[in-house]
Amino acid sequence: MISQNLSAVFYLLSGVLFILALRGLSSPETSRQGNLFGILGMIIAVTVTFLSIGNFSSGFIFVVIFILTGGSIGAFIAYKIPMTAMPELVAGFHSLVGLAAVFVAIAAFLNPTAFNLGSPGNIKLGSLIEMSIGAAVGAITFSGSVIAFLKLQGIMSGSPIIFKGQHPLNAIILISIIILIYLLCSTQSSNLFWILLGISFLIGFLLIIPIGGADMPVVISMLNSYSGWAAAGIGFTLENTALIITGALVGSSGAILSYIMCKGMNRSFFNVILGGFGATDDVSSKSSKEQKPVKSGNADDAAFLMKNASSVIIVPGYGMAVAQAQHALREMVDTLKKNDIKVSYAIHPVAGRMPGHMNVLLAEANVPYDEVFELEEINNDFANADVAFVIGANDVTNPVAKTDPQSPIYGMPVLDVEKCKSVLFVKRSLSPGYAGIDNDLFYKENTLMLFADAKKMTEDITKNL
Amino acid sequence: MEIDPLIFRLSIFILSIFVGYYVVWSVTPSLHTPLMSVTNAISSVIIVGAIIAGLSGNTHSVFNTSSVFGFLAIALAAINIFGGFLVTQRMLAMYKKKKKEK
Repeated sequence: MISQNLSAVFYLLSGVLFILALRGLSSPETSRQGNLFGILGMIIAVTVTFLSIGNFSSGFIFVVIFILTGGSIGAFIAYKIPMTAMPELVAGFHSLVGLAAVFVAIAAFLNPTAFNLGSPGNIKLGSLIEMSIGAAVGAITFSGSVIAFLKLQGIMSGSPIIFKGQHPLNAIILISIIILIYLLCSTQSSNLFWILLGISFLIGFLLIIPIGGADMPVVISMLNSYSGWAAAGIGFTLENTALIITGALVGSSGAILSYIMCKGMNRSFFNVILGGFGATDDVSSKSSKEQKPVKSGNADDAAFLMKNASSVIIVPGYGMAVAQAQHALREMVDTLKKNDIKVSYAIHPVAGRMPGHMNVLLAEANVPYDEVFELEEINNDFANADVAFVIGANDVTNPVAKTDPQSPIYGMPVLDVEKCKSVLFVKRSLSPGYAGIDNDLFYKENTLMLFADAKKMTEDITKNL
Repeated sequence: MEIDPLIFRLSIFILSIFVGYYVVWSVTPSLHTPLMSVTNAISSVIIVGAIIAGLSGNTHSVFNTSSVFGFLAIALAAINIFGGFLVTQRMLAMYKKKKKEK
């Protein structure tokens, strides 16, 4: 058994190690070391908790058993999961943090003595407020993440689910959560606690269903942020510095990521949260639906164009992830490089289904990270490049965002793909992207459409090079 | 009059938000996915609360309603901790610089 002061110092230490873990991510070289700091911080926090309780009786064995059971499931998932499934995995993990927060809050509510918070029915007011906030946010994180997971996994349709009176209903539920927390604190009634949890689960569900597939990067970042605030709420209840620091870190991290994602789409956070993008907008797109001439080609044509180029820029998108085409793409690029063609990759902030999704996939395919560029870094290079190879991206290249104020994506930063001498567009059909709008790029003079599965087409091009 | 310890915790909380703000802005965009998985792992430090709950039973009855929720939370958080750190490690191991060519 160690003193409370000593354990508080150790919790602070593990909080600092978590800060260093995030700090390490400022560059790929320091990132691995950063991750080790994170692991060390976690080991310290768990060890100190055991030592400060000092109860190594029969309960201890069960704790170890549950840690090992959960740990081996987690390790198994971590090794088995394909990189293309990262968004689902992260959404799934968020839901677990949320549920764990709810369970800890329930445990603390039922047995406040163990946590030094008073006795059942007479919990310290401050702790009760913190506990109920932590539980409510945790419950929202849980049910929201489950919906996000189902949508990403394709079990649930990615299209927004909208019904009349949705926003007023959500507003009523949110207000009633606040009222319930107030009533709970004044009456200490356990029934109110359960009702609070129930409607928090409900609102998490209702908040995410109207948000469409393409907005998932924002949703995942937002849920990331929520899981942090839930942890911080519980941290206040337990008077634990490590949890408070971590909760604040994770909360602000998720908030910043959501901000970056929203900026990448030129939409306000509230616009995304209120949802329904891509389902309600039927402006401008319909009018241009009449047949326009499209030049389509095969792998042979594409290979010919690339062979005669001196620089090629590759624009990957979600379609590359779906087709698992990243390895085939790398092989194509290797062949190009053998022919002394300069190749770089251009990544739009919202390409894929979560922040940094494309970068991970390219890294998996052994693409060196110094060949991969962000939008601002590379956008001027398109004018000097010979070929832009767009694989599985669509809306993020649409020039309409710069020209047509009527378009729903007007003002969104896009990659200036059309400035290239020629554009190769790998796509399965002419169908519009997630935003539901036509891409003018398809009908441009210098665009060659390659209608095929991204992976198959890339392999065929490599054969023809 | 002594300052309520809550104020101290609140100070730590607010300052940590600022630390988080600056640290996260310096994260390179290409590592945003590992950032999410590692924040996932560290937020599971909530396991400390779960352990306290799990050990709250006495020697006669290890399991009571409160400790069962604790045990469940331990398992969930452990999935996240091991899964989160390991998948982050796996991803970070893939980020390589261009090999110096001759």
